[in-house]
Amino acid sequence: MSDLPLRSQLAVALGRTAAKMSRLAGKGDGSVIGGRIGLRLDPELLTKLARDRKLVLVSATNGKTTTTRLITSAMTPLGEIATNAFGANMPTGHVSALASAPAARYGVLECDEKYVPMVLAETGANVVALMNLSRDQMDRAAEIWLLAGKWRRALEASPQSHVIANCDDPLVTWGASTAKSVTWVAAGQHWREDSWCCPECGGPLDRQGGEEDSDWRCRQCHFARPRPDWSLRGDQVTAPDGRVFSLSQLSLPGRANRSNAVVALAVVAQFGVPPEQALPLLSQVTSVAGRYTTVEYQGRSLRLLLSKNPAGWLEAFDVLQPAPGPVALSVNAQGPDGRDTSWLWDVDYRILRGRPVWVTGERRIDLAARLEAAEVSFTVVDDIEQAVMAVPPGHLDVIANYTAFQNIRTRYGRVV
Amino acid sequence: MSSDRIKIVWIYPDLLSTYGDQGNTIVLERRAALRGIPTETVSLRSDEPVPADGHIYLLGGGEDRPQILAAQRLRNDGGLIQAARQGAIIFGVCAGYQILGHEFGGEEGQLVPGLGLLDISSARGERRAVGEIVGDVSAELQVPRITGFENHQGVTRLGQNVRPFAQVLSGIGNGDGYEGAYNGRVLGTYMHGPALVRNPGLADLLLRWAVGHDLQPIDDSWAGRLREERLNAVLTS
Repeated sequence: MSDLPLRSQLAVALGRTAAKMSRLAGKGDGSVIGGRIGLRLDPELLTKLARDRKLVLVSATNGKTTTTRLITSAMTPLGEIATNAFGANMPTGHVSALASAPAARYGVLECDEKYVPMVLAETGANVVALMNLSRDQMDRAAEIWLLAGKWRRALEASPQSHVIANCDDPLVTWGASTAKSVTWVAAGQHWREDSWCCPECGGPLDRQGGEEDSDWRCRQCHFARPRPDWSLRGDQVTAPDGRVFSLSQLSLPGRANRSNAVVALAVVAQFGVPPEQALPLLSQVTSVAGRYTTVEYQGRSLRLLLSKNPAGWLEAFDVLQPAPGPVALSVNAQGPDGRDTSWLWDVDYRILRGRPVWVTGERRIDLAARLEAAEVSFTVVDDIEQAVMAVPPGHLDVIANYTAFQNIRTRYGRVV
Repeated sequence: MSSDRIKIVWIYPDLLSTYGDQGNTIVLERRAALRGIPTETVSLRSDEPVPADGHIYLLGGGEDRPQILAAQRLRNDGGLIQAARQGAIIFGVCAGYQILGHEFGGEEGQLVPGLGLLDISSARGERRAVGEIVGDVSAELQVPRITGFENHQGVTRLGQNVRPFAQVLSGIGNGDGYEGAYNGRVLGTYMHGPALVRNPGLADLLLRWAVGHDLQPIDDSWAGRLREERLNAVLTS
């Protein structure tokens, strides 16, 4: 920090003051505004703050925040880690994260998919973890084929960066395959609706096996799944040296989190933290920014699940209590959610048949029309409170998209 | 309709299914079933030949590269063009709408040939049109006011042998004050994804064309409420 030029030091100090004021004013954790002011004063601040640190960038459509948290937890033996734990995943958030941990030699930064090229160019990150790409909030997000193409160019121009990539996702594999060095992780892919065509030539992709085996190859060209260095089968991880580890002690539920965990193991191994040391640290992570939290309220145990897109809903369904456990769904369409609700029709809701289902959120009518077409019985309520009080005391799974989730979290108390 | 069931062919969901396009097949099947009309849906991957014996063909939205691939494969295959000659119903959405025309703009703005089933030409516009769209449908189609969501960068010019589908009240559509186009039973729109969900009247138009007679009314309260809610949200904002 003291090595920073005077102007950069000033930028950091003013940014920090702004962040503090934003927090005092009750407007979130202040990392965005702090970073914005810092970058305004010194446009090269991110590059300067990144210098002399070992950085990891973590990007994907789903699981960025959780995987960032898992990696950070598993890297604690290395000392202080700078990280944007609150999901502020653009350069403003990165500046805040690095500025607030000036002595940290390591940084683990969650990075919005679109910003990977820019942040990579500015930080020259040592490790880039890329996990999955699928359709997401298409009214504001980039088209994913285009996005993967940008990753390719960025990684080609950053030969010092080592990539850890999920080779079960064909588009991620294509996006990562221009990197000079890659560790391939067979971390699984459950949402496959965006992976029917070869990213290289457009030909049909042939998929092998079912849920447990994601091997794939193009019928027309050479493009095929690379041989994995790490692989996940059920809750068993096979490391590059052939040793097998179990993820059964993981606190976070579901196969999506087992995928996140195996990526985290591969990342920290790159920094010399072996799986046997990392695993207990991964298990210490019990909830991430309110996700997977269980809130006790009026005799009900509400488990809060965040799902922002079709692939995310598929993973949320994977961790539901067994039927006929009740479920409440809440969908909004504010800016951060995407204003377009078309994606509801890409989710297969038939899995909810036979459960009591409560429907709320600003776009509850969209959800009702969707469930009706899927022949799922449901009850529409004006707000989540009505659903909570209508179910008998006991467990209630709540699945919500971004701002709907934040509303519910605020209502029942923030538990991180 | 020559057979006892409506054959719905969902063209290339592996390339043209980006915005919940599946919703259109689900809604057609459901609205037919509620009237006791059986349907058969074929989800046709792009490496399979297009059957010419379908009654309703659906083409969804897609990114630039998949759109170009889909147009090439449909041109080479020829099945959809043959079906159109035989009077099949073709409903194209967004990228699928553009493919039905003479040409459209690719990712670098290059012109890519389409199928020529609609007398329209599309090109890449300056700005992306993103948001709710509302329009009044050409009177002869007898479809009430439509509501949808558009997300595209296309500008579409209509030729002599095609009519605008709707007049835009809110949103962008083709870019000339109109939205979509149709000629006979070939109809395209920029209202992407589940356009038939929000517009039960449009879904019924396609079914009416397929069976060749008027349909009995059905209870579609949630779809109807959704349509009302969206129209109010846009027109009163």
